[in-house]
Amino acid sequence: MDSRVAAGPAGAPAGRVIRVNGPLVEIEGLAGVAMSELVGLGTQGLPAEVVAIRGRSVSVQAYEYTGGLAAGQPVTAWGRPLSAQLGPELLGGIFDGLLRPLGAAPTWLDPSARRSETHRTWNWQPMLTEGVTVSEGAVLGAVPDAGGLDYRVLVPPGVSGRLDRIAAAGTYAAEDPVAAVAGCLVGFSTQWPVRRARPVRERIYTEEPLLTGQRVLDALFPLALGSSAGVPGGFGTGKTMLLQQIAKWCTADVIVYVGCGERGNEMADVLTDLADLVDPRTGRRLAERTVIIANTSNMPIMARETSIYTGVTVAEHFRDMGYHAIVIADSTSRWAEALREFSSRSGALPAEEGYPAALPSALAAFYERAGRVVTLGGVEASVTIIGAVSPPGGDVTEPVTAHTQRFVRALWNLDHELAYARHYPAVAWSGSFSRDAEQLGVWYSRNGDPEWVGRRARLTSLLAEADRLGDLADLVGAGSLPGHERVVLLAGRLLREGVLQQNGLSANDAHCSAEKTAALIDTVFAVLDDCESLIDDGVAAAEIEEIDYSPLMRAAQETPPDGVDGVAERRERMLAVLAGLR
Amino acid sequence: MTEPDAFPRAPRSLSVQYSGVAELRGPLLVVRGVSGVGWDEFATVGTTAEGAGPAPRHGVVLEVDRDLAVVQVLEGTEGLALDSTWISFSGEPLRIPVGPDWLGRTCNGRGDPIDGGPPIFGVHDAPVAGYPLNPGRRDPPADPVLTGISAIDAFTTLVRGQKLPVFSSAGLPHLELAAQIAAQSTAGVEPFCVIFAGMGLTHADADAVRATLDERSAAGELLLLVNTADDPVLERILTPRIALTVAEHLAFELDRHVLVVLADMTSYAEALREVSAARGEMPGRRTYPGYLYSDLASLYERCGRIRGKTGSVTVLPVLTMPAGDITHPVPDLTGYITEGQIVLSADVHARGIYPPVDPLASLSRLMRRGAGPGRTRKDHLDLAAQTLAALARARQVRELAEIVGASALNATDQLYLHFAADFEQRLVDQLRGERRDLDQTLDRCWDVLTVLPARELTMLPSGMVEAHTRKGR
Repeated sequence: MDSRVAAGPAGAPAGRVIRVNGPLVEIEGLAGVAMSELVGLGTQGLPAEVVAIRGRSVSVQAYEYTGGLAAGQPVTAWGRPLSAQLGPELLGGIFDGLLRPLGAAPTWLDPSARRSETHRTWNWQPMLTEGVTVSEGAVLGAVPDAGGLDYRVLVPPGVSGRLDRIAAAGTYAAEDPVAAVAGCLVGFSTQWPVRRARPVRERIYTEEPLLTGQRVLDALFPLALGSSAGVPGGFGTGKTMLLQQIAKWCTADVIVYVGCGERGNEMADVLTDLADLVDPRTGRRLAERTVIIANTSNMPIMARETSIYTGVTVAEHFRDMGYHAIVIADSTSRWAEALREFSSRSGALPAEEGYPAALPSALAAFYERAGRVVTLGGVEASVTIIGAVSPPGGDVTEPVTAHTQRFVRALWNLDHELAYARHYPAVAWSGSFSRDAEQLGVWYSRNGDPEWVGRRARLTSLLAEADRLGDLADLVGAGSLPGHERVVLLAGRLLREGVLQQNGLSANDAHCSAEKTAALIDTVFAVLDDCESLIDDGVAAAEIEEIDYSPLMRAAQETPPDGVDGVAERRERMLAVLAGLR
Repeated sequence: MTEPDAFPRAPRSLSVQYSGVAELRGPLLVVRGVSGVGWDEFATVGTTAEGAGPAPRHGVVLEVDRDLAVVQVLEGTEGLALDSTWISFSGEPLRIPVGPDWLGRTCNGRGDPIDGGPPIFGVHDAPVAGYPLNPGRRDPPADPVLTGISAIDAFTTLVRGQKLPVFSSAGLPHLELAAQIAAQSTAGVEPFCVIFAGMGLTHADADAVRATLDERSAAGELLLLVNTADDPVLERILTPRIALTVAEHLAFELDRHVLVVLADMTSYAEALREVSAARGEMPGRRTYPGYLYSDLASLYERCGRIRGKTGSVTVLPVLTMPAGDITHPVPDLTGYITEGQIVLSADVHARGIYPPVDPLASLSRLMRRGAGPGRTRKDHLDLAAQTLAALARARQVRELAEIVGASALNATDQLYLHFAADFEQRLVDQLRGERRDLDQTLDRCWDVLTVLPARELTMLPSGMVEAHTRKGR
């Protein structure tokens, strides 16, 4: 067992197991144990968390497989809540739901197998001198080579006073203290209870976009730094693919990818992909700005429940250093199912579809940990949360999907019909929303793109109108619609195929800069304006429809991710072809 | 070490026999007065009464509560009485011997040989529940398992280390297809073997499967586990776990590529539901237990490859969708866990096509990693994408033809209808014993596709079309 979870204080009161039902274990004789405290079960010390106390009897949820655990076996209280150890080794690593490094774990996760302890050292760069007065959240120094960014060591929350001692620049063992503030030792790593949000000075509400590199999101349903988004989608709608694209290309500083009850092969995929990708910002591997938390569907179910909280805690830790962090959780439905499985075993009264009545408040509390803040150290930073939802049978009225919609700032609805037509990313323009769009429009107009609001409005209305006319055309035939309406149908097709669809496997198209997105949309608009005036001038709609629009359709794939010039060149070419119709 | 004649293992000499059976209800047995019994431990149940049915029986501990243990009896509790029943516990979760001796054998759903052969010896033993594979040590699936079935190899290539289910409905030949895949799949020239776990099969089906797999079994490349429809229902909970435990050892210790066929997972899920109902658990969707997802995942996730090892475990679960409903919890949850699906269609079946695969509804998410240059053939991925696109177009044309009549279609659209018919008859349709190699399959695909004029084949690089036309002439 790894020391970060297993080590309990010596001489702790000993209890006994009295009942075992899968991950639900009841124990007796642990006087004074508190809710959410960790205990070690049996001789192996399997970690478990206290979830109910009734007189002498205490219910715990076990974070490992409890096979072989028998009534009468000993239990030890560890005297602290479930905590994650947050340190420089996080960057570029892969961890389980309790944040134990999987890199140091054996191939087969047998709970009784010992994990190898690694002894690492870190380079320390102090930033303050002894004797100064520091307050909580202040940066004491940094580890420059921990990963793709500076790892900062901070004065812990609740601590302030004289900097009694600070280590000189140099190399130190990972467990060595590097500073002492008002009698409190500070090391490279810190412990934090995962269910408690790390404190901040204040929340702030100025909005600035977090670019995902996906056109449909950045142009139609944008997300602000510190915001939250839900991504519901049935199986086969390309949910995981979309989330992986965001993980690779979004503009956050630190990416925390939580594979919560999902496929092992997918985690292998993410790992290999990230290890191969070069980070455009640092020239190093993208993996070095990423923390992967993997609790695949066959790993112990209650650790799946924690992995979501562990992920947010890691993100908050980097936020406190002054970074913009993003948590991508795939999938929150598996987390909710873990809650349901446990509450059903413990005999709690079920609410909707067997989920515990606390599901909505648990979801709300989780998404509330997102936010743009001023940290204790006084810098602006943020945690953004994107949570996938896997509605059973594609039913979006089920509780997890329905409640998630209430608490997120943006909803990116993945549509089965679009996916079936191989339209990826299959984000539906009807049914998705972004409550950040209005404020981000203000930001764009102040930051060099005043057209943004108008462009989005026109895009939205064209897509809706094209959908409506498309339904009509299915009934009466497109040929019987008037010319202007046929141009709207054409617009719908150009926008869908030339702008909204994006090929994640193409080097040019996997991500798209905001400028190229704007250029592509503007090009379609310019083409449409010319088509409209051609119709006004009496040119037949059929003639306009027969033009080869492939230079426009292929512009996204055939020009580089920030290839605004290439798009402009194609725009001129298309407009010249249209001019030829006069 | 495992005792030679002890599988599933007999009670240890040290273990105590308990006779304080307090309750018998459905498949459950509650025994009082036990001590030191662990959760998920394996147990043996017997009776001192004469003629009380199968003995000894086997069980798994579902819950321990002070001196009580709740045990699910795999063979059912019929014929057991409170005062004549005894139970002893093995002291640990069920372990089975693993090793190459399993190959060439036929066993029941509990792993006992039913082929008249000797007991199975193992190299060592392993717990049937398995351990989760560290996701940090996985290698993404790569390279194909070739099934010799055109519709699968060409469009939903099965990749080594993948889990790809077959979704079917009652009355369709999914079992024949599964058996054919089990009988003729290969991993090129690399060592390959198959484990076929049949759950809830009728005797007629079981015999047909056995006949199809006879040759491969005789060649020592196959293990057949059969739980028939009249065998103890709860035994099915064990069957896939035995199959996967044997498979993991063959793949990761003995460097083979192992294909595990699990048919029919709907019968498995029903066994799970039966236990859950007997325990009075809170039912989830359609009264399946809330942990169905985790339970199915604990099986399907045992596929994969491990970094630094050459073997792989590929899982092909077969399931019948009750009333053809893909949103039913078993196919739905399966779809969320697996990497794609092969869908069989009653419409295609009605046209007399075997296998009745619907290529548009089917998908192998990992195909990109299993097919294409260096894996199958250079033209494979483009050819498959173009064929599927043409098929989607043909389907639209067919819908249009139903409204306006085929004669009103333009010449190109007529060709699409022609293409769709050819596609099914010349490419998808094949004989039950027919194994097509990949070249044959892809060449047939070209033949079918080039019914369409070259200008329609925009997804193929132009050089590729020309090269093929030259070759064909």
